[in-house]
Amino acid sequence: MGHRNLRATALAVLALLAGSAGCSSSEGAERTVTVFAAASLTEVFTGLGADFEAANPGTDVRFNFGSSATLAQQIVQGAPADVFAAASPATMKTVTDASLADAPAVFARNRLQIAVPAGDPGRIGGLADLADPRTKVALCAPQVPCGAAAAKALAAAGVKVTPVTLEQDVKATLTKLVLGEVDAALVYRTDVRAAKGRSGRPSGSPAADSSAGPSAGGVEGVDFPEAGQAVNDYPIAVLRPAPAGDLARRFTDLVLSRRGRDALAAAGFEVP
Amino acid sequence: MRGRMPWPLVVPAVAGLVFLVLPLLGLLVRAPWAGMGERLAEPLVLEALRLSLVTATLATAICLLLGVPLAWLLARGDLRGRRLIRALVTVPLVLPPVVGGVALLLVLGRNGLAGRWLYEAFGISFPFTTAGVVLAEAFVAMPFLVISVEGALRAADPRYEEAAATLGASRWRVFTRVTLPLVAPGVSAGAVLCWARALGEFGATITFAGNFPGRTQTMPLAVYLALETDPEAAIVLSLVLLAVSVLVLASLRDRWAGTP
Amino acid sequence: MIGARLMVERPRFRLDLELEVAAGEVVALLGPNGAGKTTVLRALAGLLPLSAGHIRLDGEPLHTIPAERRPVGMVFQDYLLFPHLSALDNVAFGPRCHGVPKRRARALAAEWLERVGLAGHAGARPRELSGGQAQRVALARALAVRPRLLLLDEPLAALDAHTRLDVRAALHRHLGDFDGAAVLVTHDPLDAMVLADRLVVVEDGAVVQEGAPSTVARHPRTDYVARLVGLNLYRGVADGHAVRLDGVTLNAAESQTGPVFVAFPPTAVALYRTRPDGTPRNLWEAVIGGVERHGDHVRVLLTGPIEASADVTAAAVAELGLRPGARVWAALKATETHAYPA
Repeated sequence: MGHRNLRATALAVLALLAGSAGCSSSEGAERTVTVFAAASLTEVFTGLGADFEAANPGTDVRFNFGSSATLAQQIVQGAPADVFAAASPATMKTVTDASLADAPAVFARNRLQIAVPAGDPGRIGGLADLADPRTKVALCAPQVPCGAAAAKALAAAGVKVTPVTLEQDVKATLTKLVLGEVDAALVYRTDVRAAKGRSGRPSGSPAADSSAGPSAGGVEGVDFPEAGQAVNDYPIAVLRPAPAGDLARRFTDLVLSRRGRDALAAAGFEVP
Repeated sequence: MRGRMPWPLVVPAVAGLVFLVLPLLGLLVRAPWAGMGERLAEPLVLEALRLSLVTATLATAICLLLGVPLAWLLARGDLRGRRLIRALVTVPLVLPPVVGGVALLLVLGRNGLAGRWLYEAFGISFPFTTAGVVLAEAFVAMPFLVISVEGALRAADPRYEEAAATLGASRWRVFTRVTLPLVAPGVSAGAVLCWARALGEFGATITFAGNFPGRTQTMPLAVYLALETDPEAAIVLSLVLLAVSVLVLASLRDRWAGTP
Repeated sequence: MIGARLMVERPRFRLDLELEVAAGEVVALLGPNGAGKTTVLRALAGLLPLSAGHIRLDGEPLHTIPAERRPVGMVFQDYLLFPHLSALDNVAFGPRCHGVPKRRARALAAEWLERVGLAGHAGARPRELSGGQAQRVALARALAVRPRLLLLDEPLAALDAHTRLDVRAALHRHLGDFDGAAVLVTHDPLDAMVLADRLVVVEDGAVVQEGAPSTVARHPRTDYVARLVGLNLYRGVADGHAVRLDGVTLNAAESQTGPVFVAFPPTAVALYRTRPDGTPRNLWEAVIGGVERHGDHVRVLLTGPIEASADVTAAAVAELGLRPGARVWAALKATETHAYPA
């Protein structure tokens, strides 16, 4: 009895391991499309995925959202993915350099904003105000796309900013602002809009958990002209050994379609 | 107890060892040995390493200062709700470090419960400072010390303390001259674990103290960010962290714990 | 001079006894396991709070003072030498606690080690010492604080028979030199007889008998003490030399009246297959309950009107066919049968 249970458990574990390790090679694979996408695309792509499944009954869209650089590394290391939507051409290049993707197409652009606490008494009007040593500023680390864009914009403005922190991704950067630890943060317009949309109702994401911090009220975005110098292109590509090649192309088409562009624009992206 | 070892023990033991060692081997194999020298000489690497060693050591000192008395209270104290307190002490063990970092922000951040007062009264603010790194590391690492020392205290014979009392030793003297030496192996083992945990700390640190080279960017943070753009650099940094920690732990173990 | 009324209440245990020890006197607490002997020592040392009662040293209250400020030295059963300190530092520990400067404390400790004959082992760690050596270091450590009251908890129990002889003699000497009051806990009657000026027998948390060792040995008042000193003990009612027990009447050497104890050694009993000729006055028919070796003779347990032990030679066992269940006649010498008031 005990032995049989143990064996059954072991078999179940093995089956699970096999299933998760080799799911793309299983029979129903062509009904499932796996999309690796930049974290900033979470809201838009989740919506598009639902649309796609509705339009193609029996299909299943699986997302893996994360830092574009991390996703690119995972793809290069052999992660089973059909589509890659990156937040920067540089991270896409990692994948194309490894000959793992067809020619990528730019489907959206993202622009930086200065995120400030809602109701900030207009202290910050532009990049120059960030140079004030009394202002605590959070930037993305230069290794991640939003950090690279921020550096470019600051250089274009000729402003030297000493941030208190260089965060590992754009969400973390915004979190520092939402929690009231910094006075300003350079983040994407889409992130500011998402944070605005969620403020007030707590959710799992720290950025949205506005009820947590004492002054963690809403977030406001301040546009600045130099943002135009550091626009981030979002490329999308179908990956080379895409097991669900056909579905992958159809999903990419959806993103590039009118429907996709509208959704992206609604989220604050610029659409080419 | 030497001699033939039963294979049901040997096989999983070897498998366990392989499981632990193989990833390290992976790092070694994939390391870009060619450019190693230059990469190591980069000021960013040295800065992060120095910061890691300094903060981990300071965090361990704080853990010793606060954790040993806490362990004593748990092991010897005459207190109600001991189980609850012990459970609370171990919370940082089960808490995802990032959550720990958020929690620290909510308490000690500029707008935190205590942080706001500290900031307004004294102008002290922990986030984005090296002190913040030390706090984050101490928060995550302290349970290792407390659990280890409490175990040692429970195992120690309290009658030695009674003997000391009959010889005229005050409570404090009993603690410093008898109790502490008796549990010294437990304390040092706990301190080593604590230091190692602090050295590898990532989530709470980056959440609470942020990431800025020279001030709050410890080795694990540098590794993580390097991974974004330059995986080879990340491997180099990881190897450095690994080498230094193994070196320190090995030498400490010999000095403190003696032969087990 | 120590005077104490010790009352300690615990679930399923209650200690309530009075104890007086004069300066220079050695009192042995004798009793079975769980009788509360060690509890007495712990209470005197201040390691256990009194539920009620008092401890006075020369009339001054001692029980209100915490353990570390009582002028008490204690030798623990397993010595409890601090494993991380050398023998010398173990002995110097007490003086250091009393504010003696380090150098002076170590010199003092060296003197004490010398006195207990361990000058050559000053640097040794406790684990490097033999049991007898550790016991002497523990004694030196307790004496080095110059206590007015010395407590010894089973000081010889952890030693093997051979070492025990030497250590007992040495301990006797040191106790003789000690001018304070000493209380010794033991369950070995020999230790108690050799080391103590007075025995206090404790059973179930109370004193059941006390007196000079020889008196206690001759006139036990409880079964426990009787067994310890190897006597058969009964309660009875005396009328002259005749003492009526439950089931048999014995003739004793002493003439008493009223309730008495009667005690006689197993060697005073003689066994016969058949009713012996003549008329020994102390004679009864018994059934053998058991036979066991006891040193160089055989101890026969008798049941019947009274239970008693009789010591006979191995030859007698064979001759008389003494096996359990056999019927024998037991005769007892009146001259070795002692009666004393209960």
